[in-house]
Amino acid sequence: MFRNQYDTDVTTWSPAGRLFQVEYAMEAVKQGSAAIGLRSKTHVILACVNKASSELSSHQKKIFKVDDHIGVAIAGLTADGRVLSRYMRNECINYNFTYESPLPVGRLVVQLADKAQVCTQRSWKRPYGVGLLVAGLDESGAHLYYNCPSGNYFEYQAFAIGSRSQAAKTYLERRFENFMGSSREDLIKDALISVRETLQGEKLKSSICTVAVVGVGEAFHILDQETVQQLIDSFELVREDEPPAPEAGDAVADQSEASAPVAEEGAAPMDI
Amino acid sequence: MTKQQANWSPYDNNGGSCVAIAGADYCVIAADTRMSTGYNILTRECSKITKLADKCMMASSGFQADVKALQKLLAARHLIYQHQHNKQMSCPAMAQLLSNTLYYKRFFPYYSFNVLGGLDSEGKGCVYTYDAVGSYERVGYSSQGSGSTLIMPFLDNQLKSPSPLLLPAQDAVTPLSESEAVDLVKTVFASATERDIYTGDKLEIVVVNAEGIRSEYMDLRKD
Repeated sequence: MFRNQYDTDVTTWSPAGRLFQVEYAMEAVKQGSAAIGLRSKTHVILACVNKASSELSSHQKKIFKVDDHIGVAIAGLTADGRVLSRYMRNECINYNFTYESPLPVGRLVVQLADKAQVCTQRSWKRPYGVGLLVAGLDESGAHLYYNCPSGNYFEYQAFAIGSRSQAAKTYLERRFENFMGSSREDLIKDALISVRETLQGEKLKSSICTVAVVGVGEAFHILDQETVQQLIDSFELVREDEPPAPEAGDAVADQSEASAPVAEEGAAPMDI
Repeated sequence: MTKQQANWSPYDNNGGSCVAIAGADYCVIAADTRMSTGYNILTRECSKITKLADKCMMASSGFQADVKALQKLLAARHLIYQHQHNKQMSCPAMAQLLSNTLYYKRFFPYYSFNVLGGLDSEGKGCVYTYDAVGSYERVGYSSQGSGSTLIMPFLDNQLKSPSPLLLPAQDAVTPLSESEAVDLVKTVFASATERDIYTGDKLEIVVVNAEGIRSEYMDLRKD
């Protein structure tokens, strides 16, 4: 994508029928750190990579609870994401006040999409620079949606957005057919593995990733760091560059995935 | 030409009484469960007590439609607070919020006479008492509703400092134990039920302490 004379305003069409400002907004999503979502029949998991800008600073919050049954993970301009989360929370509260029942996820994402569309058709506005993975439960089951700055939304079995998300998507594409029947634990494990895929060799630890769960009988909540670290350890997801240490011999989980280096991903199907 | 009178009122009084007593590390909130209109009973099993936050309960008598609307509003505001602050609202914070919410409708008030009870930020029992437009005060005990004129003097007798000649009289946190306070509440309602026609059927008692919230029920006269 390069600069041209049709990309100054969001309200200017290009001769090829494109709105460049909207497409540039979608680029902003790709610049953000990765966020991943996957779902089964009864649970939805959101996981994201938390990159702090420096060792001295805290990392940005990328997963927000919207209501007991809905949560959202964002990638891109986190400020825009924060504002949209506040809008979503308000909508849920108002709907609950009026109808005394939880706002169906499908309705919420449509409202969100319409809100995003407005910004693509006003000359004094700019599109939101954030992609949202909306995870929620309603009467029709568990759902995962992706809302993009263009005002489009899609439902997914599993999806990844943000930088290096392609690596995660490749992994998810291999595995997604099993997700519908997966247990909660397997789903979390797959989410953590997907996050690891985006890290390109960096060690996966709970300080750089956040995981959130929503499911039947389980309100949306973010797992605390200790729990996540225990899960990482129990799945033996930490890569070992040296040969496995002797005490790892009694562990039940697969040794293969722990020792396979990143470069081989996509080459040999990992039997996990 | 005589002044025109309204032939319809937006308000109704559904009757009932509420009481709250604060202890050193607990708070007792109680209300009867009768809902009436005029001389008729609408139901014998309507709760006037609602949980606003982890350690904060509200009992309201008056016009139950306004009470319900007020409860919903406060619940929504509490959710917003939790989203923004990542924690539950404290009882004193909720007390101020209720006052502001009531005064917001100063010129078309909520016909709701409220008593807030719970634990403050230090874990001590606290009770706040309100009028319909939000004037409030932290006290050691209070009652509202149709039976309050019968109940309040009795609570004063039992809980206010022994000598009325001792100024200033303190009605701060009562020295009673939790079970003594619950017994007092049961006695008080049994007496109020005798003479107040709008109070009766069943008594709902809620106790808030460090362990959490527990409920208790007691039958009252049904006439």
